[in-house]
Amino acid sequence: MKHFSNRYIFIFSTVMVVIVAALLSLAATLLQPAQERNLEIEKKRSMLESIWIPATKKNAVELYDKYIREGFVLNIKGDPVEGIDAFTVILKNEQKKPLEEQYLPVFRAEPDDGEKVIILPVEGKGLWGPIYGYVSLKSDLNTIYGVTFDHKGETPGLGAEINTTAFESMFPGKKLFENGTFVSVQVHKGGADPADLHGVDAISGGTITSKGLEKMLLDCLGKYNDYLIKNTI
Amino acid sequence: MNSQEKEPMFSAKNFKLLTSPLDRNNPITIQVLGICSALAVTVKLKPALVMALSVTIVVAISNLVIAVLRNYIPDRIRIIVQLVVIATLVIIVDQILKAFAFDVSKQLSVFVGLIITNCIIMGRLEAFAMANRPWPSFLDGLGNGAGYGLILIIVAFFRELLGSGTIYGYPVLEKIGAYSIGYENNGMMILPPIALIVVGLIIWFQRSRNSELIEK
Repeated sequence: MKHFSNRYIFIFSTVMVVIVAALLSLAATLLQPAQERNLEIEKKRSMLESIWIPATKKNAVELYDKYIREGFVLNIKGDPVEGIDAFTVILKNEQKKPLEEQYLPVFRAEPDDGEKVIILPVEGKGLWGPIYGYVSLKSDLNTIYGVTFDHKGETPGLGAEINTTAFESMFPGKKLFENGTFVSVQVHKGGADPADLHGVDAISGGTITSKGLEKMLLDCLGKYNDYLIKNTI
Repeated sequence: MNSQEKEPMFSAKNFKLLTSPLDRNNPITIQVLGICSALAVTVKLKPALVMALSVTIVVAISNLVIAVLRNYIPDRIRIIVQLVVIATLVIIVDQILKAFAFDVSKQLSVFVGLIITNCIIMGRLEAFAMANRPWPSFLDGLGNGAGYGLILIIVAFFRELLGSGTIYGYPVLEKIGAYSIGYENNGMMILPPIALIVVGLIIWFQRSRNSELIEK
């Protein structure tokens, strides 16, 4: 085996690290625009999905511009906050702030059936990692128009089922308020009564994810309480 | 690559480097390496396929790089150098997936990063690339990546078919009407332990065919 001096080892590692650093920063810089675009498209796609408009990677941006009318940001009291682009608000970062300083994004959309809906983002914790999605409400700001959920790493076939149509299609028609009080939507293990306006079936084998989803809806939509009550027709 | 010896690029010996990991010297079923990721990404065929491809690319290129540098790498820091090469390649693969195959990178999530710790790659660098010329090392990497991928795909095929009733996302069982006669998907197939059992069955099958593989 060849012997290498300490000096050689130091020079070798220094050169190696510099080359690797250059390579990685080059890759990161070159690929960043494509990656950011993917994230943007992904966000627009899920928003469209929550108002029942299936979008592909190609037409997501175009459909978004067509159906999503405007976005604005509220504070916890339900008053608009000026000068913030709702699309760029990252909910996860907002949730770390004190309640009074959080920005709450709202998007207005008008699907083809003429309904004027608002879309609210939600984000919470599943079993293994974050779960997130969008909930759209009809113009009475009480009835759910559509939902879309997704997750970072829930168990496939169990918790991961929250992003399937079978689960999501239970939400439309459910109501957030009961006699003017915010009660959100609960998931029921063993199945909810279809006539229950505030309940859907939990996912069998995905109890923790289901409960996390329930808590996510309660926490995130609850913050819009004041706005929703003030603007109810 | 090496013109002095005039060994053909695909001599019998080199060809064997490529094919032996597929069966006799399979990294998963014979060397029992890389089991953890084999359990994690084999619920569906698509992530298994992408994982197989990513590992193959990483192990082949890192084998090549290490083989090129093998005479210059100081022995005392060789493990660090190997790790740096692997980690760099994995990060680049991850970035490329995020840019061009976003859906897949979302499905694989943390497992791409975990390729770095896949023992097959370190194992091949230590055992082969440090002592062999670049071209055979590259073939050895391709072969081992393919051997790993082959098992992943076999396992994923059965887990997806029996657990979700689909093949590569295509609802086969629904199309042939299995559900209408009372068949139900087996939820157990989706859970990780089943992957271990399927790998066990493959090992059993392989050894029953080939008595050389049975330890005395």
